[in-house]
Amino acid sequence: MSPESVTAAVVTRKRTEGRTEARARAARRRKLVVLGARTLLLVAVLVAWEVLSRNKAIDPFNFSMPSKIWDQLVQWTAHGTAHGSLGEQIGYTLYEALLGWVIGVTGGVLLGIVLGRVRFLADVLGPFIKILNALPRIVLAPIFLILFGLGTVSKVASAVVLVFFPVFFNAFQGAREVDRNLVANARILGASDRRVTLQVVIPSATSWIFTSLHISFGFALIGAIVGEYIGADKGIGLLVMDAQSSFNAAGVFAAMVILAVVALLAEVLLTFVEKRLFRWKPGGPGAER
Amino acid sequence: MNSDTPRPTPDGTPPAGAPAIELRGASKVFRTPSGGEHTAVRDLDLAVGQGEFVAVVGPTGCGKSTTLTLVSGLEEPTEGEVLIGGEPVTGIRPEVGFVFQQDAVFPWRSVLSNVMAGPRFRGVPKAEARERARDWLGRVGLAAFADRYPHQLSGGQRKRVALAQTFVNEPEILLMDEPFSALDVQTRALMSDELLELWGGAHGRGASVVFVTHDLEEAIALADKVVVMTAGPATVKEVFDVALPRPRKVESVRLEPQFIEIYREMWASLGEEVRITRERGASRVA
Repeated sequence: MSPESVTAAVVTRKRTEGRTEARARAARRRKLVVLGARTLLLVAVLVAWEVLSRNKAIDPFNFSMPSKIWDQLVQWTAHGTAHGSLGEQIGYTLYEALLGWVIGVTGGVLLGIVLGRVRFLADVLGPFIKILNALPRIVLAPIFLILFGLGTVSKVASAVVLVFFPVFFNAFQGAREVDRNLVANARILGASDRRVTLQVVIPSATSWIFTSLHISFGFALIGAIVGEYIGADKGIGLLVMDAQSSFNAAGVFAAMVILAVVALLAEVLLTFVEKRLFRWKPGGPGAER
Repeated sequence: MNSDTPRPTPDGTPPAGAPAIELRGASKVFRTPSGGEHTAVRDLDLAVGQGEFVAVVGPTGCGKSTTLTLVSGLEEPTEGEVLIGGEPVTGIRPEVGFVFQQDAVFPWRSVLSNVMAGPRFRGVPKAEARERARDWLGRVGLAAFADRYPHQLSGGQRKRVALAQTFVNEPEILLMDEPFSALDVQTRALMSDELLELWGGAHGRGASVVFVTHDLEEAIALADKVVVMTAGPATVKEVFDVALPRPRKVESVRLEPQFIEIYREMWASLGEEVRITRERGASRVA
């Protein structure tokens, strides 16, 4: 290599390095700007709410104000609620939602895969499932209350009926839309029907199923809360009910804040599990190329 | 390499015993979603001798692939018979291997696990399956990629995984459905050579192969016998013997005068069918 070409190469490398660095800096700056804008928006909304409410531009009785909601949260945390500590209420609701979610997901996935694989069952049960899905299933909550009483079972049941259907339909679709080449290949390679289901259909339906898991945890929370709201002796839904009956708008909003935090944490956890499971997918964390 | 395997007689029947694959008056009719009927294959007669490499060429969409699914046992013929080793095909047989046109490797399995799949499905113990899979990965030159996932490989590498996945089961009947059509021209020539090497050196006597393609050059370079199909519904139009000596190298064999002569003859036969297919397509659009 001649000396000129060596220096030329070095210069080019320096230039590209400079460019990459500038690009990285711009990306970092953009991230900060977005984050700043988000914070600003949140603060602006909260301040506007507070100010409008204090000046009676909006009715503080109906809409409460951030400071009162904060006070309510502090009070619940520090002195507990009328039904025991705040942690206990969250624990109950979370337990009901989680149990309902697990049961609903298990049932939905199993039935979805089975119906996706067994044509006859799908043809027989198809219309019934459609009808059940078309019903506003949340009205079943009072029936569950009559059936199972004030305890956790009735809440778990309402969570199950809300979770089951979206998961079922996704699993069913996932099992139906398995790449036919993959199935044919597995069969030629010597896979039995059981092996095809376990090792081809289920893995390829997993991404469909996971899509539904994200939405369905929200549904499980709704099921548990509505169940508690209708009648319970513990839980966040009961706090909402209490706050409502004493015309305490701040209490309702405070309960909403707690629920939002719980739902967000669950979402983060689910995303983490998903990333570990889908290492084989392009664009996933396994794709280091 | 393969030059000392017993050559089948020109009509495809080996000196002793039944042909490896035989289709007798096979037809396949599919029901279309709109309720009509679509005849993919009509009255097809074809015999493939033991260890013979047969290429099937025909216009696009004429039903070549259907022929393979009939032989594989994935589909049953509506009429006629399909025989393997003289026995009628009633399901998927263990001696059959199939390389698909599209990617059919399992994306959620690593490369090694993909190649292990066949033996594992057939009840081979894990350790032995792994050993056999590693051996075949070495032969297709992917030993260093055992732990990768398919999406981390190039198209040619994925095809090699598919080949290893099929060959690890040591098939006596090898069905290939335009296996290299998605690859670029250079990779394709390379893969053809590799296929010939794997086929010739696999277990002394090569498997009986049916190789579907729409590429005449590929067909002549690879096969002992080239079957030209009519425009769909597919049936055999003409059969050409390719007497080029083996072992062959794809890039050099295509320069031989004999190759060019066969090519010209075959194109005259195939070109007519391609024209018919194209005219049909045009009249459908009009």
